[in-house]
Amino acid sequence: MELLRIEGAGKRFGDFVAVNRVSLTLPAGRLTAIIGPNGAGKTTLINLATGAVFPDSGVLRFKGEDITRLAIHHRIRKGLSRSFQIMNIFARLSVLQNILLPVLARRGRTAIPFHGMERETEALAEARQVLREIGLLGHEHDPAGALSHGDQRLLELGIAIAPAPQLCFLDEPSSGLTPTERSTVLELIRRLSAEGRTTFVIVEHDMDVVFSLAEWIVVMNRGEVLAEGLPAEIRENRAVREVYLGEEFSA
Amino acid sequence: MTGRLSPRATILVVLLVSALFLLPWVAGKYPVYVAMQILILAVFSLGFNLLFGYTGLLSFGQAGFFAVGAYGCAKILLAVPNLFLGIAGGVAAAGVAAFLLGILSVRHTRIYFSMLTLAFGMMIYSIAWKWRDYTGGDDGLVGIPRAPLEIPGLVTISMAAIEHYYYVVLVLSLAAILAMYRLVRSPLGLTLQAIRDSETRAAFAGVPVQKYRLFAFTIAGLYAGLAGALLPPLENTVTPPIAHWSTSAEPVLATLLGGIHTFSGPIVGAFLFFVIKDVVMRFTEYWLICFGIVVVAMVMGFPNGIMSLFENRKRPAAPPLEDRRAAGKTGSSE
Repeated sequence: MELLRIEGAGKRFGDFVAVNRVSLTLPAGRLTAIIGPNGAGKTTLINLATGAVFPDSGVLRFKGEDITRLAIHHRIRKGLSRSFQIMNIFARLSVLQNILLPVLARRGRTAIPFHGMERETEALAEARQVLREIGLLGHEHDPAGALSHGDQRLLELGIAIAPAPQLCFLDEPSSGLTPTERSTVLELIRRLSAEGRTTFVIVEHDMDVVFSLAEWIVVMNRGEVLAEGLPAEIRENRAVREVYLGEEFSA
Repeated sequence: MTGRLSPRATILVVLLVSALFLLPWVAGKYPVYVAMQILILAVFSLGFNLLFGYTGLLSFGQAGFFAVGAYGCAKILLAVPNLFLGIAGGVAAAGVAAFLLGILSVRHTRIYFSMLTLAFGMMIYSIAWKWRDYTGGDDGLVGIPRAPLEIPGLVTISMAAIEHYYYVVLVLSLAAILAMYRLVRSPLGLTLQAIRDSETRAAFAGVPVQKYRLFAFTIAGLYAGLAGALLPPLENTVTPPIAHWSTSAEPVLATLLGGIHTFSGPIVGAFLFFVIKDVVMRFTEYWLICFGIVVVAMVMGFPNGIMSLFENRKRPAAPPLEDRRAAGKTGSSE
């Protein structure tokens, strides 16, 4: 099944063309990695797909429906989600509350004014399940801002998967992590991906991560899709090699 | 943030509330009058802090809604001497005004929001000043009756004695405080706090951010309206200065004194505000200068307000609220 289809999407900031007429199809169940040098337009593509910015041209379809100019929260309700490259958690809320918010939002219970959180038993159980998966259950009452950097990255991932999305973009999920934390994150992505509820699209710089996880690789350069294909094909692609000349790509 | 009050806090609250109920029996008219002023400012500040401390929006225009509540209540009482009708009408008018101006204000955040609210507040001030036929201009509205509390066919309680009116103010204020206490611990309260910490993240968690900002703005307007509506029966007069931006500064100062990240901060701050004002005014009419010095000293000494001294120390302190928004990367919703 086809989840997201991007047709000729373009976005410029002033004179800089961040994304230039990109067409891409993301089918359900295929873990895709988007790679490319800095400034290739990877994060802008995620921003276009999730509604952080609207495209200047082109059409976006999610499960066949036109979402090109749909507001962010509507896209989340429809089954899209994302994590951020820059840390973006609710620093003053507890770890549990960080996860609780997207869970309550999906259940349509964020507008309830006068009853205590302890009565939201189903949402609480669901949020604790997410905390168990990211290994932060022991920290549930800590303020999120007091967590270590690595734990904050895990929490970031937790907030992204808490809405139980069908399609989830992860923007450099392994950056700034210790090797142990990194393997926790990779293991989690691999496991959730295998369960089949969520299709992940990751933007990554670390080629070890990319080639160990991805089933499909999209290479971007200067705002355009340079190539896409199976990992083995991408590894042999001449144009891709030229873009990555001198980097660790020959591994 | 974790729900129930500790046993010590519960005892303290019970003692305080009992003391407030006993006040007219043990104290003279002046302490009762000051207590009413404190309760009114506490309600005003609590509403303000739902916007500021909980949603991250600094409004400089709350006096506008305070004035809508006061003038609304006064006009009703002058036409129909029914206390309940007057207060309810004032609150409703302020809520409608806040909702309408909120639609325009919550599209913006930070300094832009603050400036917009300042402008809207001063707009209401101008209306109070210029629309002489309705508001009485600079004379204001005078001779507002402290109308009896009347439930048709059931009871009529005279409000001629100030002590009777004190209980109306006390019960309504306590109800407003309790409602706010429940609100900030509800899913809605959590959602507002999440928007404060990161509006981008909240949107990507599936929250329509502007709609919730409008909720907060309207509720803050209702609280300002209630505070304002309690004033005319007490003072028997309403004049334009209550709509001035310097009135908007009162809940800001009270909240900063008490602490923006503690529920009780604005209430304690309202108490401190009047204690400091009362003490300093005995010595000089330029009490605001001394007050300013006290506020500056407190903000530098206890950036999280007086109540931060009494917070549960077992929990590791949350770091100061930094701007963690991925602004450059995802400049959305603005």
